[in-house]
Amino acid sequence: MLALDGIAKHFGGIRAVDDLALTVAKGEILGLIGPNGSGKSTTVNLICGLYPVTAGRITLDGRDITDLPTHRRLSEGIARTFQNIRLFGGLTVWQNLWVAQNAPAHRKERGYLARWLGGSKQAREETGRLLDFAGLAHRKDELAANLAFGEQRRLELARALATRPSLLLLDEPAAGMNAEEIAALDERIRELKRQGYTIVLIEHHMELVMAVSDRVCVLNFGRKIAEGTAAEVQADPAVRQAYLGTA
Amino acid sequence: MDFYYGLAQIIGVHTLLGLSAYMVLLTGQVSLAQAGFAAVGAYVAAMLTVLAGMHLFPALLIAGIAAATIACAVGFPALRVRGLMLVIATLAFGEAVRLFFFNFDYQIAKGEVRVGPLGGEGFRQIRYFPENGWTTFEVMLLIWAIVAMVMAALWWMDRSRTGAVLRAVGEDELAAQSVGINLTAVKVSAMAAGGFIAGLSGGIYAHYTTHIEHANFGVVLATFAIAYPILGGLSSVFGTVIAVVFIQGVLIEGLRFMGDWRNLLFGALIVLAMNLRPHGLLDPRSLAMLRRLVGRA
Repeated sequence: MLALDGIAKHFGGIRAVDDLALTVAKGEILGLIGPNGSGKSTTVNLICGLYPVTAGRITLDGRDITDLPTHRRLSEGIARTFQNIRLFGGLTVWQNLWVAQNAPAHRKERGYLARWLGGSKQAREETGRLLDFAGLAHRKDELAANLAFGEQRRLELARALATRPSLLLLDEPAAGMNAEEIAALDERIRELKRQGYTIVLIEHHMELVMAVSDRVCVLNFGRKIAEGTAAEVQADPAVRQAYLGTA
Repeated sequence: MDFYYGLAQIIGVHTLLGLSAYMVLLTGQVSLAQAGFAAVGAYVAAMLTVLAGMHLFPALLIAGIAAATIACAVGFPALRVRGLMLVIATLAFGEAVRLFFFNFDYQIAKGEVRVGPLGGEGFRQIRYFPENGWTTFEVMLLIWAIVAMVMAALWWMDRSRTGAVLRAVGEDELAAQSVGINLTAVKVSAMAAGGFIAGLSGGIYAHYTTHIEHANFGVVLATFAIAYPILGGLSSVFGTVIAVVFIQGVLIEGLRFMGDWRNLLFGALIVLAMNLRPHGLLDPRSLAMLRRLVGRA
């Protein structure tokens, strides 16, 4: 459903992403890995349109979205989380979700005005479901800034889901989590796949990536050096070299 | 008694100005252009009633719309700068507006005298209220009726999703964009709404003082405008009102008996207030406490 065709991003002389081709099929989980500075986050930012590509095209479901501004890409069904959590700290937990209920699908629904005014039953049910999914129902009136770290990560995921995306970009969702929390995250990601979301997972935590990804793509110096199933990628000599150096 | 009516008028006009800055500040934009918008509103409204002989209410409405249009024009370039750069840019704009009116002549003969703005002399004889027999008390009621309407509108907006979206943009623009919020639309509309309110405040100000000049709308007024919502806190529109009453009522008028010491104490008390209440005079905690008190009663 998502296709990157020869995209490149150069910052001055630095080629953060260089001639990268990548496709994500509907309903799959693609793991995107690579050493620090290999261009993973830049790729996500290019897909979201935070900066323009130097070259190449990005298509989503066959539509060219290369020149769309960030907020419009959301209408095309993309949502993301951030490597360093970016919540609206001064808003309450449910307000964080309310703000995100802004997709064209929401606008076409009956009762959008009521949703806008905060009195829509439908909206309350929708936030309720998301809060249950994130395990935050008991904290819905708390300010987002007052949540614990793990809760903030879950809220950010729920906020991304509130925009009713079809494609989710998760930028290092396991960063800073302990083993127990990662196990819960693993389960949550599988649940999202069951619900039909397509997911691009950028992660340093190899166990998690290898466990949940249908396919793994490895970047180094802005280029794709390997792609395949978890087992294939782990056996690839180029990947070993990128991570461990020349033997 | 007229002294207190006059004071209430000042507080009312400044409250409107503070609310205009509140609106813009919610989206994280620190604007020193509010005095400039007020100047546009003041001159437009006064010219309409004095030169065109228009009724006050449509004149105020048009003044608001004129200021909102100018604010829109400021809003677009302001998108590209933020933080201190935006402060400087809006400050420069405000000064440009002031200097425009410093050089602006447009006088017509009305009977024996010539009326209209005359450069550095200012715009004299804006006599709509005395000519139509309004008493100071009635003018005060009018001002506070407008303040109440604007406050009610902003309070209601704050509780709707609009308020949450404005605050979300103020908190984190990148995250706001990522949940599909159109930054341009939100920031420019906030600027325009703020401009409209500032225009209203300028329009009323021109009519109750009967004489305006460029110097009324300088950096000092711009600083006051932004100081009210900052000192009052962004939790609610009532914070801004409390800050205006505190500054205009208590500090400026209440300390008059101190003579020359007043200015010194004025600054010191503002610093003290900000240190004691870093999240504003009406911070979230006191707001929650008030809600509980009201709920119990």
